Amino acid sequence: MVSPKIFSQSTNTLPANKGGYCPQHPVGEVTRKHMAVRIILLFIHINAMKVKVLSRNPDDYVRETKLDIQRVPRNYDPSLHPFEVPREYTRALNATKLERVFAKPFLASLDGHRDGVNCMAKHPKSLSTMLSGSCDGEVVWNLTKRECVRTLQAHEGFVRGMVVRFCGTSFFTVGDDKTIKQWKMETPGYGEEEEPLNTILGKSVFTSIDHHQKEGVFVTCGQQVDIWDEQRSSPIRSFSWGVDSFSCVRFNPVETELLASCASDRSIVLYDMREATPLKKVIMNMRSNTLCWNPMEAYNFTCSNEDYNLYTYDMRYLDKPFTVHMDHVSAVLDVDYSPTGKEFVSASFDKTIRIFPKDSGHSREVYHTKRMQHVISIKWSSDNKYILSASDEMNIRLWKANAAEKLGLLAPREKAAVNYSQKLKDKFQHHPQIRRIARHRHLPKSIYSQSKELRVMKEARRRKERNVRKHSKPGSMPVVTEKEKHVVTVVK
Amino acid sequence: MAKSKAARKSGETMKMKSSREMVVQGMDDEDEEELQCALADDIISASEDEGGSDDERKHCKLLEAISSLGGKKRKKLTERSEASIQVSEFTVNAEGEGDKINLSDLIGTLDKTPSALIKTKKQLKNLQHNQSTLETPLTRKETERIQREVAFEKTSKEVSRWQSVVLQNQKAEQLVFPLNQEPSGPKRIEQVVAGWKAQTPLEQEIFSLLRMNKQPLHDPVLTPTEEASLRAMSLEEAKIRRAELQKARVLQSYYEAKAKRERKIKSKKYHRVQKKVMRKEYLKQFDEMVKTDPAAALEELKKMELSRMKERMSLKHQNSGKWAKSKAIMAKYDDGARKAMQKQLEVNKDLTLKLVIPADEDEEDEEESAETLPDFVNDAEHILDQVNPWMRGKLSTDPMVQEESNRLDPPVVRPRELGTPGEGRDDQEEDEEQMEETEEEALLRGFEERRKLRQTEDVEVAPMSMEENDDGKKAEILEISDDNEEAVEISDDEEAVEISDDEAGLSKFTSLFHGLVNNHMEPPADQPKAGPGVGQGESPALLEEGLVRVRTLEDVELLSQDVSASDPAPLTTTQTPGTEETDTQSATQQADKKRKRKKMIDPNEVLTKEAKVIKMPLAPTAVEDVEGKEEQRVIIKEAFAGDDVISDFLKDKRKQEEAGRPKVIDLTLPGWGEWGGLGLQPSRSKRKRFRVKVAPPPPRQDQKLPNIIISEKRDSSIAAHQVCQLPFPFENPTQFERTIRSPVGRTWNTQNTVQKITAPKVVTQLGAIIEPIAREYLIKDNRQAVTGPSINLESDQGPQKKRRSQQKKKHKRKKN
Repeated sequence: MVSPKIFSQSTNTLPANKGGYCPQHPVGEVTRKHMAVRIILLFIHINAMKVKVLSRNPDDYVRETKLDIQRVPRNYDPSLHPFEVPREYTRALNATKLERVFAKPFLASLDGHRDGVNCMAKHPKSLSTMLSGSCDGEVVWNLTKRECVRTLQAHEGFVRGMVVRFCGTSFFTVGDDKTIKQWKMETPGYGEEEEPLNTILGKSVFTSIDHHQKEGVFVTCGQQVDIWDEQRSSPIRSFSWGVDSFSCVRFNPVETELLASCASDRSIVLYDMREATPLKKVIMNMRSNTLCWNPMEAYNFTCSNEDYNLYTYDMRYLDKPFTVHMDHVSAVLDVDYSPTGKEFVSASFDKTIRIFPKDSGHSREVYHTKRMQHVISIKWSSDNKYILSASDEMNIRLWKANAAEKLGLLAPREKAAVNYSQKLKDKFQHHPQIRRIARHRHLPKSIYSQSKELRVMKEARRRKERNVRKHSKPGSMPVVTEKEKHVVTVVK
Repeated sequence: MAKSKAARKSGETMKMKSSREMVVQGMDDEDEEELQCALADDIISASEDEGGSDDERKHCKLLEAISSLGGKKRKKLTERSEASIQVSEFTVNAEGEGDKINLSDLIGTLDKTPSALIKTKKQLKNLQHNQSTLETPLTRKETERIQREVAFEKTSKEVSRWQSVVLQNQKAEQLVFPLNQEPSGPKRIEQVVAGWKAQTPLEQEIFSLLRMNKQPLHDPVLTPTEEASLRAMSLEEAKIRRAELQKARVLQSYYEAKAKRERKIKSKKYHRVQKKVMRKEYLKQFDEMVKTDPAAALEELKKMELSRMKERMSLKHQNSGKWAKSKAIMAKYDDGARKAMQKQLEVNKDLTLKLVIPADEDEEDEEESAETLPDFVNDAEHILDQVNPWMRGKLSTDPMVQEESNRLDPPVVRPRELGTPGEGRDDQEEDEEQMEETEEEALLRGFEERRKLRQTEDVEVAPMSMEENDDGKKAEILEISDDNEEAVEISDDEEAVEISDDEAGLSKFTSLFHGLVNNHMEPPADQPKAGPGVGQGESPALLEEGLVRVRTLEDVELLSQDVSASDPAPLTTTQTPGTEETDTQSATQQADKKRKRKKMIDPNEVLTKEAKVIKMPLAPTAVEDVEGKEEQRVIIKEAFAGDDVISDFLKDKRKQEEAGRPKVIDLTLPGWGEWGGLGLQPSRSKRKRFRVKVAPPPPRQDQKLPNIIISEKRDSSIAAHQVCQLPFPFENPTQFERTIRSPVGRTWNTQNTVQKITAPKVVTQLGAIIEPIAREYLIKDNRQAVTGPSINLESDQGPQKKRRSQQKKKHKRKKN
């Protein structure tokens, strides 16, 4: 029954098969260089010849070329790698610490204005181009070289607003001299004069301007909200609704026919370009300075308010904001969404910039510099990497959107390491030590003390309200949530 | 106004004139045919005008006459007495302006027309009956408001189309920006070819040829014949066939794997058994064959014979091989070698004998069994077990204790386990056998002696072997001797305490780990004590803003240290470790004093019952007879008769209580404010003043539980790292623990898994402008939603995943 068998793992057999015979492989055949490594055990049975050869196949561990990746045999048996949680915890802790150490958000300061910078505009087609308007003229910047490319005297007095046309070939400015001017993006050639393509003389001062995403239509606001066709010198439509001055107007980047504006009567008004009347108006406790639509969510916008807060609204339900973003200690002057629509950045009169996740009540980051004064305008670059802030003291500053991020191209392994540490930080973010380190920020003393003061005030108010409620008839003092507190009424 | 009046007047005179002319006409032609007159009006009037003018009075008379003549048909010309806005160019005047127009007037004209307007007539009549008036229109303000509301409704509905997209993006595990990126890489040829047409004559010729031969033009993936073949087999059939093939393949691979596994098994015994089974089966089959198909059986027999013959023909087992030769050299000196050779010769003899049934396997078995260990060596353990159950480590369920007991096993067992099978070991093993037996006997004898000793005198003699035991062992004993459930708990607690004690020496990792583990074991009642310093109330997003600027890694370290320093330490750990020893000493002294004063816990009071020996629900052991059990129990009882477990436990408990009690802190410094020196004690008043009394701690949890020690230690160093509140998205602690417990890193996961787990939530391309989401995206999304199910049937993936998979492919391509 039992016929002679030969067990051999590899094709190479030892030259000396002790006492056995091997029909396939003649004795004395030496094939490969790895002979020395091989371990061979022979078991000889008396009855039937069995040769058991335990050997490793070099194909399993030898690279074909030196360019191949080294094969690293790994054993994932959990018993061989104990203490996975503590080890990862330590890694997370280290990653968090390193993040704080490497958090250097400030990149550059663009100085050259001779007056406070009042407004900025992103170029829709070029990441490296940026426009800024100051209180006396305006400048076009090249960001990669960090130098001014072109200066032109656009208006007499303040440049109130500026916007680049969607194609990127020209831009519009409005100023205190009651004019709207359209300019070429190209620098005029030698001998040519710096002249606007178009000038529209308005009846009143324009405070803000925004351009449609796809059509040759733009909107201005001042005493009323005007919608202009680029080809005409008079507005194609004007909206006013019992308000005499608007501070900001913005087109919705997604549903491009929608508009929203902030008015001086503490209201935010919604418009549809196609309708003859405004849509709706919400009146808040304090005036909103600017607003910004979420570029990824058609119906959400965030407004920066005088009462130190920002409010994110769903335009369909204006009766209360769905998030109140607090942390600033002075009026919030400007807000801009990140192009991914996940976060936004706000500029405040308290000389800081804060970055908020769109659905979080508190900021994840605060930027400040000793020399930065009241931040008037802010923009998030369209590649989601940088933030530009324009402030009172004639400077424009370039910041990183993620303070500890390494700029430039990353090697695949670097990228993997970054992803891993990010994942660890997320995983252990609730652990007190890690949370504490991750949340630690340095603040100027004035802001620190003021925020403390505000906290005390808020707590006192809350306590008082609680006490009043405790001592009044049940139900007579309804609980008003923080969200409801700030809205006075919705006007239909 | 004046001008207009004048105009009006001139108009009137004109009217008057024309009417007059008409009258004149009428007079002339006997005023019969007025229509004709009207036609010829102009010409005649002109002639008349030329004729001259009539007298005013005459004219008036005439008018009156005419009016009397005309009857009904004549229209009355009324004079305008007051200014009115509506002045008709025609003869219709403003008279009766304010009057109501009766519907009957309108219908009156209708009456004459014979057309079928009865319906309208009816309607008008109905209207006439209806007395209500129309409401006044809304004010401008209100209309605007309504307009606004309608417009808002419209736009909000329009905007709501985005809801699904927004939600999807929110839930997406990964978003890749810019959104509208087209998948890079080669496109399918159809897409490229779609917009292209044959233009040159050559191309046209080629295409016509292709068409004639039924070759694909636009869709080069399948020719019509291929498609036809595809159609031939239905999807169902194909699926079934595929499943069958799959199953076959799987089965094959299973068998292959099994065969491979079996081949790899080195145990000779296993193979022997296998062979035996095979042989038996074969024999069975053979028997059956003999019954059913004798011819086949005969053939089989022949085959067997043949194989045997082959065996005999070969020169095996004839001591002529290399091995045999080497053995022959050794045989002079080695008895074993000689034996082996002889055995082989015997085998040879057997083989050369002519037999009906091949029985060579038996020989092999026997021969092999000589090589391997005798069975009773393995069985020896059982014998040992019967005598001493403690060595088996099966009594306690705790693996730690088991390990310890294993460690404490008599070293006799070890070499047997470690020994490798060899040829010349038989006699050695026998020796070992004897040794073991003697040792067992010795042990038994020892027990016997002790029993006798105890019977004779009441002196406590702890068995020598048991003195080595440590606490774990004691706990075990406790388990046996006490039948209370609480006692078991005690042992557990004690162990926990021990573990935490031991941990002090262990690495940081272990302590952390245990911290994490202990964290969820701790009751929630302890949590409020953790102190607000940890910052539970704050939301996780809140920044910790301070005046400290972190610049370096050292700063960060300091930051975390500050935290731990600022963390209010729990009451139990107020004392410094340096003074702990002295404290405990003093504590024990104090305790002694106190015991003298008032007996805190009298063991007799607490435990009124005597310690009983319980019947342990042992796993079925080799012991079968009840007698043996009884005997064994008696032996155990006697072996541990000297151990006073209860008192030990009570002592332990008291010690713990003392340690937990706050100590009076003495802060007196000699020599301050008074004389100091050798032999001089600080004054009593001073001592009184500087002795700080700490408030008593809350009552111990085990105060009223005599059989339990509940440790009230809480390690503050670990507590600083513990999560004290369930974070937001988690619903219960187990969920959270599970996420923490599953490791992410490459050490524990494969490359692909790590990549998958650590994929970032938002991916942006370097230097790419991210445009706002476009309407096309919405349309695309809708289309996907419409065609969704069909896609799902194919790949079972949403659009999101698809995108990701696309990306993955891209990655792969990059790597390659």
